[in-house]
Amino acid sequence: MSVPVLEMKAISKSFYGNQVLNNINLTVNKGEIHCLVGENGAGKSTLMNILFGMSVITDTGGYDGDILINGSSVAFNSPKAAIEAGIGMVHQEFMLLPGFTVTENIKLNREDTKPNVFSRVLGRKMETLNRKKMASDARSALDKLGMSIDEWVPVAGLPVGYLQFVEIAREIDKENLQLLVLDEPTAVLTESEAEQFLTVVQRLADSGISILFITHRLDEVMAVANHITILKDGELVRSGRTGEFTIAQMAELMVGRKVETSGRISSEKREKAKTKVLEVRDLAVDMPGERLRGIDLDVYEGEILGIGGLAGHGKIALANGVMGLYTSRGQVRYQGIDVPLNNPREALNLGLAFVSEDRRGVGLVLEDSIANNIVLTSMQTQEKFLKPGPLKLKDQKQITAHALESIERFDIRCTGPEQIVRRLSGGNQQKVCIARAFTQNPKLLFVSEPTRGIDVGAKSRVLELIVELNRMGVTVVITSSELAELRSISDRIAIIYEGKLSGILAPDAPDVEYGLLMAGKSLEEVGIGERQTN
Amino acid sequence: MKDRLIKIYHGFGLPRLIISVFLLALIIVAAGTDLSVPGLLSDSLVRIGQNGIYVLAMIPSIQAGAGLNFGLPVGVIAGMVGVLVSMENSLMGFGGFLVALLVAIPLGTIAGYLYSLLLNRVAGQEMMVGTYVGFSVVAGMCIFWLMAPFSNPALIWPVGGQGLRVTLTLVDTFGGTLNNFLAFQIFGLTVPTGLLLFYALLAFLLWLFLRSKPGVAMEVVGRNPRFAVASGLNINSYRSVGIVLSTVLAAIGYVVYAQSFGFAQLYNGPLMTAFPAVAAVLIGGASTREAKVVNAIIGVILFQTLLTVAMPVTNQLVEGNISEIARVIVSNGMILYALTRVTGGEQA
Repeated sequence: MSVPVLEMKAISKSFYGNQVLNNINLTVNKGEIHCLVGENGAGKSTLMNILFGMSVITDTGGYDGDILINGSSVAFNSPKAAIEAGIGMVHQEFMLLPGFTVTENIKLNREDTKPNVFSRVLGRKMETLNRKKMASDARSALDKLGMSIDEWVPVAGLPVGYLQFVEIAREIDKENLQLLVLDEPTAVLTESEAEQFLTVVQRLADSGISILFITHRLDEVMAVANHITILKDGELVRSGRTGEFTIAQMAELMVGRKVETSGRISSEKREKAKTKVLEVRDLAVDMPGERLRGIDLDVYEGEILGIGGLAGHGKIALANGVMGLYTSRGQVRYQGIDVPLNNPREALNLGLAFVSEDRRGVGLVLEDSIANNIVLTSMQTQEKFLKPGPLKLKDQKQITAHALESIERFDIRCTGPEQIVRRLSGGNQQKVCIARAFTQNPKLLFVSEPTRGIDVGAKSRVLELIVELNRMGVTVVITSSELAELRSISDRIAIIYEGKLSGILAPDAPDVEYGLLMAGKSLEEVGIGERQTN
Repeated sequence: MKDRLIKIYHGFGLPRLIISVFLLALIIVAAGTDLSVPGLLSDSLVRIGQNGIYVLAMIPSIQAGAGLNFGLPVGVIAGMVGVLVSMENSLMGFGGFLVALLVAIPLGTIAGYLYSLLLNRVAGQEMMVGTYVGFSVVAGMCIFWLMAPFSNPALIWPVGGQGLRVTLTLVDTFGGTLNNFLAFQIFGLTVPTGLLLFYALLAFLLWLFLRSKPGVAMEVVGRNPRFAVASGLNINSYRSVGIVLSTVLAAIGYVVYAQSFGFAQLYNGPLMTAFPAVAAVLIGGASTREAKVVNAIIGVILFQTLLTVAMPVTNQLVEGNISEIARVIVSNGMILYALTRVTGGEQA
């Protein structure tokens, strides 16, 4: 067998003592399509950043292990070096100049030039563009992809699906291209575009270019991959030929956790009332990067409903949409009353409360005291903490008393109610957010990413607090990227995939079912019967 | 005792301590020359009351998140029209003062609201835009002063009878009305009681407003607009409230300023009004993001006393008229100093 195009041997990387990649081995042979699969945070992008010599890696102390290209050891210290060695990358976000034509984008910074009077005097920088040659090069690159678009049209007006192809055309136009890295290229494509895309990928591989394909869509993996590598929490879980896996196995390997056996915090099964508190119908939320494309969901009184899914699929948008923070369409009914959308005030008035995923941006007034942060929303929407009288002066005594009580109840570690919130640790800031929501005395509480960016001890305390609030009669809808966390406290878990509800599972459903729903497969499709979840 | 002193020191801040020490030194030097210290202090008191309301006007706009109100002339001109309407009718004493206020306040509200509509569209650059709005409004009003339908001979050019004069005297109408109200002398020091009381009243009302529900809402909007939205607040309307308040305070400030100064200077007179007020509130410990009433009070006291005392003292010590240069350096230097400390808050 010939020498592999790319070999990564025993790659490890840690950021500030935090191990994100541990002893990863990866081999890509010539003309092979190698799929890299894993959840968000599994380490896929870090691995690619290492391969490309990105500054995030070099600036943080480099990496351990070896990279071999065609059998010879390399260490790229800049993306430019990687490109020169024949590695191309198509990013998830398009890196194209909208005002430039397709040709200009393909040839950017690699333009063909011909000498002229000035260049003879002033050097190569002054040479004229050889537009004819550039156009024909671009044409042939596009033809290779089977693209019929004209090379002279500006990129600005092209449909999203085409942009992806222009990016690939740019990469394959590089004569020495040996390895093409595709980072979730199909995430923005429609189904038929994705299909066309996969054909093109296949064709490229047949022409001898090796492909490293990063994706969440497991059926795509099955369709095109020769070889599959699954990462989880920075470790290589399994690597093998495509035939060795089924979709269900992949899903399980991707999601399964070895830790988190601590057990459910809310272990006892409760008799749940079957009253619907919140009915969401066809809700679409236009939240950049987390678009929700129409979802139907019921929330029952007294439950903890978990919302899970991979990043970018819209799970965060549900709470933001219901609370009116992002433009949304559809229908939301709370206790039989229509919740006016795009109107935070009305949502708050109806007794909904929200602990935002963006703690520092939306959840807190960082420069203000703990006391003020806790009471502000209630003061403004419910006229609490005001002295009687027409002037509506704030009642400092009552505010301080309430703040002290909250600090006690929520175990906020601070020097006192007047401490500035910015000075608190992430976990304590989160407790302040929860205290604020609790002060609103809500019937229904939305909590988004409550444990993001806080330390382990504070994490479990925050989750316990949420469960305690639930015991006191507050219905909770909790959104989190950490499935284990959702499974430890929720009664039901809804998984969102590409802006739609993928399915609802019980917290003790097997890993494989979670993996499948998060990868956009329905359970029947792969032969696992619909389980009773409520 | 020691802890308390440290706490007071931290509350007061190093810059203010340095300025106070410098000021004290100046006063001691003044006592050594043939300058009258009580006279200097009397002048300081008048200038504090005279400029204090302009400095207060900075607070609502800072708290609403619009930064320092460099567009102060918008309000000043509303006040100017108020003064002119009162003078046109030759109203004297408190009557004249009140009529000027009654005209100035609604005009200031309207002008402030329009100004706020503009500032809401340029969120993030209010100070830059405000500066030029201020300049433009002053220039635009120069045309108005020439064409305004005033006919009182005391106001218009004596020859030709068209257009207002550059400098008008208030001595015959309501000049000094507030300053002389309940004024008394102590140790050779003249205290303009009415002026200071009026200033204190406005400061108290502003303090009350900032502690009320809408005042708190305005502060939240200024500090974190996204939090404010999530708490159901309408950002633009609370920003407008802050800017309107600031403009109205500027209008009232002008009426008080004119009666104390004794003259009304039209045309390019109000061009630079914002700058000393900005400098004062910053000296007082405010930042572009956070200001309290106490910052405005401390600031106007330090800044105006410094200018009043420093000018004659330097003139005594240094040959030639260096005091004006010193004043410009001090006031603009202070603005520069404070703007570089936008993070502000506790560190400023």
